[in-house]
Amino acid sequence: MIPASFDYVAPQSLTDALAALAEHGDDAKVLAGGQSLLPILRMRLNAPSVVIDLGKVTELQGISDEGDHLVIGAMTTYAAVLASEAVSTHAALLSKAVATVADPQIRHRGTVGGALVHADPAGDVGAPVLALDAELVIAGQGGATRTVPAADFFEDLFTTAVGEDELLTQIRIPKHTGWGAHYEKFVRVSHQWSIVAVAATVRAEGGSIAEARVGLTNMGSTPLRATAVEQALVGQSATEEAVRQACARAADGTNPPSDLNGDADYRRHLASVLTRRAVLAAAGA
Amino acid sequence: MTRITVTVDGVEYSDDIEPRTLLVYYLRQNLGKTGTVVGCDTSNCGACTVHLDGRSVKSCNVLAVQADGHEVTTIEGLAADGQLHPMQQAFHESHALQCGYCTPGMIMQACDLLKDNPDPSEQEIREGLEGNLCRCTGYHNIVRAVQHAAAAMRQGTEAPADSAVPAAGPGAPEPATAGVGAAGPEMPPGEGAPVSAGSTGEGVTA
Repeated sequence: MIPASFDYVAPQSLTDALAALAEHGDDAKVLAGGQSLLPILRMRLNAPSVVIDLGKVTELQGISDEGDHLVIGAMTTYAAVLASEAVSTHAALLSKAVATVADPQIRHRGTVGGALVHADPAGDVGAPVLALDAELVIAGQGGATRTVPAADFFEDLFTTAVGEDELLTQIRIPKHTGWGAHYEKFVRVSHQWSIVAVAATVRAEGGSIAEARVGLTNMGSTPLRATAVEQALVGQSATEEAVRQACARAADGTNPPSDLNGDADYRRHLASVLTRRAVLAAAGA
Repeated sequence: MTRITVTVDGVEYSDDIEPRTLLVYYLRQNLGKTGTVVGCDTSNCGACTVHLDGRSVKSCNVLAVQADGHEVTTIEGLAADGQLHPMQQAFHESHALQCGYCTPGMIMQACDLLKDNPDPSEQEIREGLEGNLCRCTGYHNIVRAVQHAAAAMRQGTEAPADSAVPAAGPGAPEPATAGVGAAGPEMPPGEGAPVSAGSTGEGVTA
């Protein structure tokens, strides 16, 4: 399978990339790591006339510590996130989720920003980014930037707040230093998309849960927060029974898909089971 | 057409190519590097795995233009001075293949794994190879080969120069390679037994 023909542009800077987007508009597709885009092009599910490759825009790569936030460039690969001690220390949930993405080869090329803008509801970075209350920095034409909370970033299936002439540039994650974290992913076979997955991070105080954040993967058209569970967990002891009760409502407000991997009811059941497992693991219980 | 300059297996190439050219087809059709194969063409099977700037990638899932200015190593670039790389040697000795189609990708990914983790457990090897599918072997001898290669590469880094032999044809005697053999001191318990032909299906497929 060979993609349809396209023109190729490889800007060297963010300014040039935005200019290329402005010039080509609707006809262009942005190439980040390409690990989702290339299969789409090969299967000709999309046939853009121009591909704008961000691979040479080095200013979009890298992870920096900005005091109470970690800042991850949109073109930072999964492998770089996994190798980052800053991420595993201050945003452990993201490390845990990224470790489950596809396979090592794909993690070497795929980028966090590319995955977020692609916005596949079965992708593994949306739920932790949402659960960690991250902010997404978006650059527009004329040098304008805006910052969107993760809760407003994911709009629908494969649709985000990033406009057609804009680019996601940074993921800003408030530090969750000392929080336990676990990503519980349910798949049929290795290196597959999540049937359902749960991202949980917990701040424990003396054997009980002081704060909890829970994000759900593939329980709707976007990543979702299990806010009922988060509230029910506060003050609970990190024991199997207490956590089980708090996680019973994990599927509240969700609208999971039905497909060959499982119908919606099955996914709702999975959500509560996986949430319990994820929270218990995050709490170190 | 777009001009690219890529270093492949130590040699620099400049070519005008269509931007839609996948790296694997550039390697095979433009450069004649047919050691890298196309398996599934859907980025699942890992048969096309090569190293891009020293890290493993699926070359059916990378455009050749994305490799512009970078360095690619294929299975054809592993052997040095006519001697197999320890990983190739270990795959040969452990009979870690049957049809052989997944082997180039398996070896490239296994080499990548050992860069991060020179002494992986069986579980770590299986997880490290999760993006590489083999439909013949059941993976057992592949895991064993990676363990043997890891042991060989840790000990004196490589086997002595006279112990690595060129690729041998079917029926050639198994070389007694220091540090690579099944009885090597780094072998985990239970991994020292000789490979049984019956247990791998060799007798059926040979």
